[in-house]
Amino acid sequence: MWRFIARRLVELAPTLLAVATITFFLVRLAPGGPFDAERQVQPEVLERLKDHYNLNAPIYRQYLDYMFGLFRGDLGISFSKPSYTVTELILLRLPVSLELGAYALLVALGIGLGAGLLASLKPNSLLDHAPMSLAMIGICLPSFVLGPLLLLMFSEKLAWFPVMGWETPADKVLPSLTLGAVYAAYIARLTRGGMLEVLSQDYIRTARAKGLRESRVVLEHGLRGGMQPVVAFLGPATARLLTGSFVVETIFWIPGLGRDFVGAAFNRDYPLIMGTVLVYAVFVLVLNLAADIAQAWLDPRVRRA
Amino acid sequence: MSIGEGRMASTITSTITSTIILVSCLPLVSVVAGCGRAADMPGAVILHAGNGAEVQDLDPHMVSGVTEHRTLCALFEGLVNLDPRTLEPEPGVAASWDLSPDARVYTFHLRRDARWSNGDAVTAEDFHYAWRRILSPNLAADYAYFLHCIENAKAYNEGTVTDFDVVGVKVVDAYTLEARLEHPTPYFLGMQVHQAYMPVHRATIERFGAMDERSTRWTRAGNHVGNGPFLLAEWTPNAVIRVRRNPHYWNRDAVRLDGINFYAIDNLWTQERAFRSGQLDMTDDVPLHKVRLYRERDPDRIVLHPYLGTYYYRLNVTRPPFTDRRVRRAFAMALDREAITHNVTRGGEEPAPFYTPPDTNGYTCRHRIPFDPASARVLLAEAGFPDGRGLPPIEILYNTSEAHKLIAEAVQQMWKQHLGADVRLLNQDWKVYLDSTNTLNYMVARSGWIGDVVDPVNFLECFLGGGGNNRTGYASPEFDALVHAAYAEADVGQRLELLQEAEAVLLEDAPLIPIYFYSRKYLKRPEVLGLDPNPLGYIRWTRVTLRRERV
Repeated sequence: MWRFIARRLVELAPTLLAVATITFFLVRLAPGGPFDAERQVQPEVLERLKDHYNLNAPIYRQYLDYMFGLFRGDLGISFSKPSYTVTELILLRLPVSLELGAYALLVALGIGLGAGLLASLKPNSLLDHAPMSLAMIGICLPSFVLGPLLLLMFSEKLAWFPVMGWETPADKVLPSLTLGAVYAAYIARLTRGGMLEVLSQDYIRTARAKGLRESRVVLEHGLRGGMQPVVAFLGPATARLLTGSFVVETIFWIPGLGRDFVGAAFNRDYPLIMGTVLVYAVFVLVLNLAADIAQAWLDPRVRRA
Repeated sequence: MSIGEGRMASTITSTITSTIILVSCLPLVSVVAGCGRAADMPGAVILHAGNGAEVQDLDPHMVSGVTEHRTLCALFEGLVNLDPRTLEPEPGVAASWDLSPDARVYTFHLRRDARWSNGDAVTAEDFHYAWRRILSPNLAADYAYFLHCIENAKAYNEGTVTDFDVVGVKVVDAYTLEARLEHPTPYFLGMQVHQAYMPVHRATIERFGAMDERSTRWTRAGNHVGNGPFLLAEWTPNAVIRVRRNPHYWNRDAVRLDGINFYAIDNLWTQERAFRSGQLDMTDDVPLHKVRLYRERDPDRIVLHPYLGTYYYRLNVTRPPFTDRRVRRAFAMALDREAITHNVTRGGEEPAPFYTPPDTNGYTCRHRIPFDPASARVLLAEAGFPDGRGLPPIEILYNTSEAHKLIAEAVQQMWKQHLGADVRLLNQDWKVYLDSTNTLNYMVARSGWIGDVVDPVNFLECFLGGGGNNRTGYASPEFDALVHAAYAEADVGQRLELLQEAEAVLLEDAPLIPIYFYSRKYLKRPEVLGLDPNPLGYIRWTRVTLRRERV
């Protein structure tokens, strides 16, 4: 097991290096520069800006300088917010996105597991069809539709929750629901599928034959097997949830990393794009690894593979 | 269940439990994080203002946008203020000023009670320092060119002169500042409300870096020192800027608000929702689709007034068929501007038969582009394209936006109907669009210009040959000569005459097709008073008040 984890950890470094390198060159290939504006900057001012941000150096030099900076933990200064370093901006925004993601994950797991379990207990009954139809709608409904719909209902008509912000607990309900809903829908379907397969296995029949209570059969023996597809899904899904959603952050005006990520790309804010992409990459890689470890634990066959 | 499996199950259970505990602690974390902010006194009158895009910085010399200007007007004060109704100069840090008979030397007499937010006196030296700073080549300030009307300022800014003493700014004594201009500049006083001319506090700048160093931390809350009616209490990027009364401001008794919260909300729909739910007292814009609704159902909550800007289409004069002036004229004349403002934009915009907005500092262009499809067809036939036959497909480029798309569709239909042209639409993301227009890689491109100062020359000089804001390939020696003659002309009437001639040449050559004059539109609660509409969208925060008291 430890060798498996060690091998995967060693694989992280070259993957991150590749992500950093590809992003570095791709953003510079995109047309339009960071200092292009409707009101054109004077040519001499533009030259000085480029000098200041090391954009006049040959591209390989810029790349090496960036990489050396990266190894020292220096992500550079944001072009679009010149008095902030990229590290400062990420540290300011990431906790917000993490918090939103954590709530959304809780929503997704709570609703998804519950609905999936319920559906799997009485397949092809109303108890199955109702939550599964809802889940289907959840999957089809993008957050830019669901968010405004929830706002219309619960903020504008009923006035239960504020329409924007991220300060009070009430601010956090609708965004978490919006972000979590799609994932809840997937988890519900995955749980149902996984559980149906497991519940028809011999060892479940044995457990029942031994006279165990149904709740123990389902929650203790069934759920462990049935969770496997959910766990595999949760790795990348958690990374996506935790690193921010541009759409939800924009609709509910949440100062998270997702808005910065998209804003940086539109503004050609190279250092900020690099910083946010690297944060995403680290999250995706680490959480995928966590999902793999959890799966290996649940299923020894993966460990040996 | 084996012992190993039992341990496994308990590990999963404990992981889930700890996740739940962790997640339930998060609200506590944010509560604790929010504790750093000083609470407002009960009953404090705070204005909640939607401010559009996030400000880049709170250093007046490092920023160029409208949202930054709005925020900085609360934190700093220049030598002169403007009356928000008439845009006439009023005393600011300068209590009075004199102008020399040749209209080239301004002498400002500063008030003695002006103070920085830390209590230090604001002196002529502060302005001298600030202007030297923004003109420093190393600072690479976007808006340094705004001071180029000052003698030798351009040379110093470009690095060809290194001695600041030759620049026309002189400290006569602690409270007297002299500004010597290159040529008479009737809008020099008006420019004093622009951030480029605002003073900065030397000791604060130099505590956090060199005078001409970019990216220092002096603009953070706690470090920031300004001289405006408000001081910076909090700046959370991408979220909110809170400013509160400056107890040292010389005219503090006139300030009616206890503070302003500027919310960086760039999504118009989010802003509108927040306004409707009462979280905002005013917004900085309105979604196009909502304008009609508010005008019909809630007219006292929407403000619409002319704004000093022109929405127009650029024509690339280096690419056929627009190399031919007759073709450009024909396309300009085949546009029903009235129909666009009446049926498409519907936000109080005025059709633009010429380029400079009407009544800009006493100037309204006499020359007009008529809507005359018949003459347009004749011109097009003369150019060798009768009924549009032989015309290549015309491509209209616009940056991604619902409004630009709707307008382009209307124009497409008009050119098809009146000229028989095959018009296609191309939208690009903002930076790609800028790249395309900068490199003349387009045929027709949507554009706009918002005036920095209320003067026609600010609009016309964009089309000087080879200028950075020209982006059409247009160069006319006749037009350039007229604008340069206007620069040097001291007589106000004669100067405007020269600009009239220049604009007539420009419209006849038609490297651009004016479509409409912008209107400023935003939402505001009836309780918000003192927001006098003016074409610059300039807000004197000292005049603004909220009738209803609340925190």
